[in-house]
Amino acid sequence: MNAEGVLKKAEAWRVSSRLLTQVKEKTIESLLLFAAMTSVAITVGIVGILVYESTSFFVQISLWEFLTDRQWTPLFSEPHYGILPLVSGTLVTTTVALAVAVPMGSLIAIYLSEYSSTGTREVIKPALELLSAVPTVVYGYFALLFVTPALQKLWPELPGFNMLSAGLVIGIMIVPYVSSVSEDAMRAVPLHLREGAFALGATRMQTALRVVFPSALSGITAAYILGISRAIGETMVVAIAAGMQPTLTWNPLEPAATMTAYIVQVSLGDLPHGSVGYQTIFATGLTLLLITLAFNIVGHVLKKRYRQIY
Amino acid sequence: MRHRVVMLVGLLTVFVIAGLTRQSGSEPTTVVKVDGSSTVFPITEAVAEEFQKETRGVVRVTVGISGTGGGFKKFCRGETDVQDASRPISQSEMDACRATGIQYYELPIAFDALTIAVSPQATWVDAITIAELKTIWDPASQGRVMTWNQVRNTWPSIPLKLFGAGSDSGTFDYFTEAVVGKAKASRGDYTASEDDNTLVQGIANDKQALGYIPYAYYEPNKKRLKAVAVDAGQGPVLPSRETVETGAYQPLSRPVFIYVNAKSASKHEVKRFVEFYLAQAPTLVPQVKYVPLPREAYELAVAHFKNGKLGTAFQGASTIGLKIEDLLRREAKL
Amino acid sequence: MSLKRDIDKSTKKDRLRRGIIQLRRRDRAFAFAGLAVMAGAFIVLLALLGQLVYDGMGRISWQFFASYPSRFASQAGILSAWIGTVLVMLLTALTAVPLGLGAAIYLEEYAPKNWMTDLIEINITNLAGVPSIVYGLMALGLLVYEFHLGQSFLTAGLTLGMLILPMVIIATRESLRAVPPQIREAAYALGATKWQTVRDHVVPYSMGGVLTGMILALSRAVGETAPLITVGALSFIAFLPHLPLTSDFPFLSGQWLFDPFTVMPIQMFNWVSRPQDEFHINAAAAGVILLVMTLAMNALAIVIRARFRRRIHW
Repeated sequence: MNAEGVLKKAEAWRVSSRLLTQVKEKTIESLLLFAAMTSVAITVGIVGILVYESTSFFVQISLWEFLTDRQWTPLFSEPHYGILPLVSGTLVTTTVALAVAVPMGSLIAIYLSEYSSTGTREVIKPALELLSAVPTVVYGYFALLFVTPALQKLWPELPGFNMLSAGLVIGIMIVPYVSSVSEDAMRAVPLHLREGAFALGATRMQTALRVVFPSALSGITAAYILGISRAIGETMVVAIAAGMQPTLTWNPLEPAATMTAYIVQVSLGDLPHGSVGYQTIFATGLTLLLITLAFNIVGHVLKKRYRQIY
Repeated sequence: MRHRVVMLVGLLTVFVIAGLTRQSGSEPTTVVKVDGSSTVFPITEAVAEEFQKETRGVVRVTVGISGTGGGFKKFCRGETDVQDASRPISQSEMDACRATGIQYYELPIAFDALTIAVSPQATWVDAITIAELKTIWDPASQGRVMTWNQVRNTWPSIPLKLFGAGSDSGTFDYFTEAVVGKAKASRGDYTASEDDNTLVQGIANDKQALGYIPYAYYEPNKKRLKAVAVDAGQGPVLPSRETVETGAYQPLSRPVFIYVNAKSASKHEVKRFVEFYLAQAPTLVPQVKYVPLPREAYELAVAHFKNGKLGTAFQGASTIGLKIEDLLRREAKL
Repeated sequence: MSLKRDIDKSTKKDRLRRGIIQLRRRDRAFAFAGLAVMAGAFIVLLALLGQLVYDGMGRISWQFFASYPSRFASQAGILSAWIGTVLVMLLTALTAVPLGLGAAIYLEEYAPKNWMTDLIEINITNLAGVPSIVYGLMALGLLVYEFHLGQSFLTAGLTLGMLILPMVIIATRESLRAVPPQIREAAYALGATKWQTVRDHVVPYSMGGVLTGMILALSRAVGETAPLITVGALSFIAFLPHLPLTSDFPFLSGQWLFDPFTVMPIQMFNWVSRPQDEFHINAAAAGVILLVMTLAMNALAIVIRARFRRRIHW
């Protein structure tokens, strides 16, 4: 073969090999895009199935009744489909949880970012994360068999299932979320702001509360919203320790069912596909999703509003 | 190292694909699916456990607790093989089964004494009348009868916390019919659960609580609960094996059943399971604290099953106040 | 007059000094409060763990690991539960790891800055905040009923895989971002294609963070109960799924994928719900084992992160 033939062959080989490579690259890119699109598919699946089943539900029960009826007894001979008792259960447990987690988490975050040395921080932070690594059933066990009897020693009238124990335990559980994210936000505040305050003679507490905390408000709000979402979505602790009685009450010393606990309770009983009872869990799930989404949007807006450019 | 990882992943993928390409139904099913009442659950659980020990795991039994109502819905769609029921099949359920062509055996397996339970700290109550129970549980009492002294004025004026079966439960149907007079008619503001364990926990830990639970959930928890004697006009009677057998504990004694899908019963494993059930019942039923039927009853049930006697003897009606002998003599109808 | 001035000066200094001392005192009190609250949180953690270990430790034995659940608390064990957990974790990893890695690589290395990419990113952030039980509801409606996968291992694995997917994606993206751009540019300069760069340079260097993220996500999945209950775990499973090996061709069987399942947290939940104290002890023992599993995975993640960080020299 002469030199020209060899060159032509090499050229052809190079062109076709490049084409092959390009095809391979494109295929791989499409596969990766497909992987990324599965996340969109999951959202579509979630929203789709919730809306689909809820539509069948709302064809039979009016939205007005769903939102305003004060009882939730979907399986009785005289069924009532008011979501308010479940929402009140969720709100009360979340409020109790936040009453514990927000002060504790913020205080811990301030301490870690303003007072403690680096060495202490590197030990404490992972240790706190251990709190959030404990499985939620274990927390539920703890709430039922430890916290409730302990509280009953203080208040003998306290029923065995109540929202207070559940709320307290959820609060402890989400302290790491609040403290970790808040602390990250506070440490992102540049040093010169603190130094300015110190130069004016402020103590560490004054600096922390009047300079650092407000500057980091954007991240801290994100931390609070994270805690709220986690508390609203918590299932096992309330299912085990708060009882499963849907009551419209704002008193944490009583048993109540949250939206999440109701879904679990019905799933344990395994309602047959297609019945109204089965659809109630999807209507409840949709309400839960909308509430969580609302909080996420609020959080996003607040985060943007308080964002500081240092 | 990377090659080994890739090989491992490949192997696992092969497993998964092999599974996905399997055609459903191509392998013989050796799972006996049981679902239904949580009242009957302790008995079925015991039988299933012993059965699997005996067959050394060759036949598998799964037992769910959807409640009698929920279980029947599945049963009449052919999704389960055996239905645990704490009340007879209702008329609408009979219609549903007829519509889907499901035929079944009705096999009574035990008697239960529905127990009215309170916390041991409720020292003021030892006996209660049916009329008082009706006052408590009537739908009209919702939001109105809220304290103990509203039921009997010698009782303290502290809040009344109620616990009871969920509305998918046969216990619920039976109790409401026996006490209120109409099945499924009940006030709504009580802690309802298909899982009787939840009820036991709730009642045991609350001084103000009152609830109704199957006897088999009361007896093992005697230290944490107190049974209330029921007065139906002949004086207060506490639930126990003897009072149920003599028929003295009324109207809260009731038979519990298993229903077996006739088509499933033609399968070897299901047949073996049901025969094992009836054979072991005299031993296991008292072990889980229910009242066993007399020997002849079990023998009759076995005979019914062997001879293909299908259908229910209750025509969807209730069994309030039924004695064991009456049960045995009934004619059956699909 | 100078005496008055001297007295005035010294009293003002006093007030100032007192003010400073008061502020300092408040500062120290605040620090003390922070420390006390932290100590409080740890005391609660220790109380919880202590209670669990005290109740459950005595129950853990070979028999406990090797027995099926039973109505007799002393004979009951976690055999079907822990094998179930291992199998479900396997399926979860098989679902979440490839998809998570692929999605993160796409978003970090390939994605153009357009609306579609924004949509995907917003989506992932949202999904991370959805309560776990909603995933269970979706799986119930879609996988169990629409796709007819039944209440099986396959459904359980897919459900948890979808649940932890956002976590895996976010963690992987962080690790990929941490690889300096010079590495990529050097590879391109030598004529590598994009995929070659990613496969041979970016991903291996980010492996530490990627593995850490995956293991942390899996440890979260180990403890998830609510979505699996919704999908349909049974109260009583006294058998193991079919073995993947069979005696006839093709010697491999996927039958186990469609078998009914149970996992450790559900078994613990079942035991906690029973009123007898002996079952509570069983629940505590199961809890201890579950906790050990979770902590072991977390520890593994930390070790891997440390080891990889040591090897990186930029």
